[in-house]
Amino acid sequence: MTIITVAIETDGAEAVREYIDAAEPEHPSLIDTEHVLERAFGVVNIPNVVWIDEAGMIVRPAEPGWAGPAEYPDWLANLMAERERRAAEQGPEALAALRAGQDRTSYADAIRDWATHGAASRFALTPDDVVAASRPRDRARSEAAARFALGTDAWRRGDRKSAFAHWRDTHRLDPDNWTYKRQAWSLVGNEAAGGGELGRLMQFGVDDSWPFEGDFNRDTAATPPGTYYPKTIDI
Amino acid sequence: MSATGRLIWHDDAVLFNTSTIDLDSFAAATGWEIKPEGACKGDVCVPLGSNRDALAIAERLGMAVVTDDATGQVAIGPASLSGHALDSAEAPDVVLHDLDGNEVALSQFRGEKVVIVSWAPY
Repeated sequence: MTIITVAIETDGAEAVREYIDAAEPEHPSLIDTEHVLERAFGVVNIPNVVWIDEAGMIVRPAEPGWAGPAEYPDWLANLMAERERRAAEQGPEALAALRAGQDRTSYADAIRDWATHGAASRFALTPDDVVAASRPRDRARSEAAARFALGTDAWRRGDRKSAFAHWRDTHRLDPDNWTYKRQAWSLVGNEAAGGGELGRLMQFGVDDSWPFEGDFNRDTAATPPGTYYPKTIDI
Repeated sequence: MSATGRLIWHDDAVLFNTSTIDLDSFAAATGWEIKPEGACKGDVCVPLGSNRDALAIAERLGMAVVTDDATGQVAIGPASLSGHALDSAEAPDVVLHDLDGNEVALSQFRGEKVVIVSWAPY
């Protein structure tokens, strides 16, 4: 089995090099500067995983997944622990809501099961089920992808006004597409912060110049439990 | 061009500077190849009739075509004909680059199980 990691990042190699160098991957480690994975597979959040068999057939469409136990930097681990603590204080329902969605710790077990059993694995889907389980796409979502590309081109040309207009349309047309949102927020937040270690995580405005209706804090707070990483697999 | 079409997306592949788009560029940008039997991607072919204009084909496949009024650039969105992100379970042959700029195609891994794991620094 080959694991291929793909960084979905408009800024390309300069933005991801330090992470890839630190990880010293022995598998192919690629960069998707144009969000091709959305068009080709329906990847709309990270991390997302796609399984492809020896014959080149997809056996699980894009879904939230983790190739091993998730590891987080201290500041994020502390934040998550604090959220767990507060939810636990509120009671079992709050804790269940926080833990709803795809299970982070067991996902890799499903991959291992498929690695061992192949098509006989209960996690491997038939071609019809793969298409049916892939993300719904209507014309509005197609237009979101087209506008995202126009916005990206405008951004690279330095035309901020046009970039923001296209990206606002993108977010309006496909509000559940987290990579289209977080990429745009990240580019703008990073520029406003002047880069730095956490620049790309500054996905919210600190003053009136923020050009979007939403931001990471507001949009995730408005997201129902279990929908940010929806549960697609019972392991 | 491989049998399944090559999805090599970069600026000049996904954006067009004219509304007259040749069919090879259309295939490179969308993964849909235009054959005598119609527009084909993997094991799926959609009949087209006699109209072989790229923008008419895009319309037939449920692809949004958006023109930037300021630059005149045309962007084509992905197909929505099937109502899903995938038209077929056959994996499209996505071509991406590594840190050193080397081209890597998914099809290179035919014969092995592949797990694509996406991530981002944001």
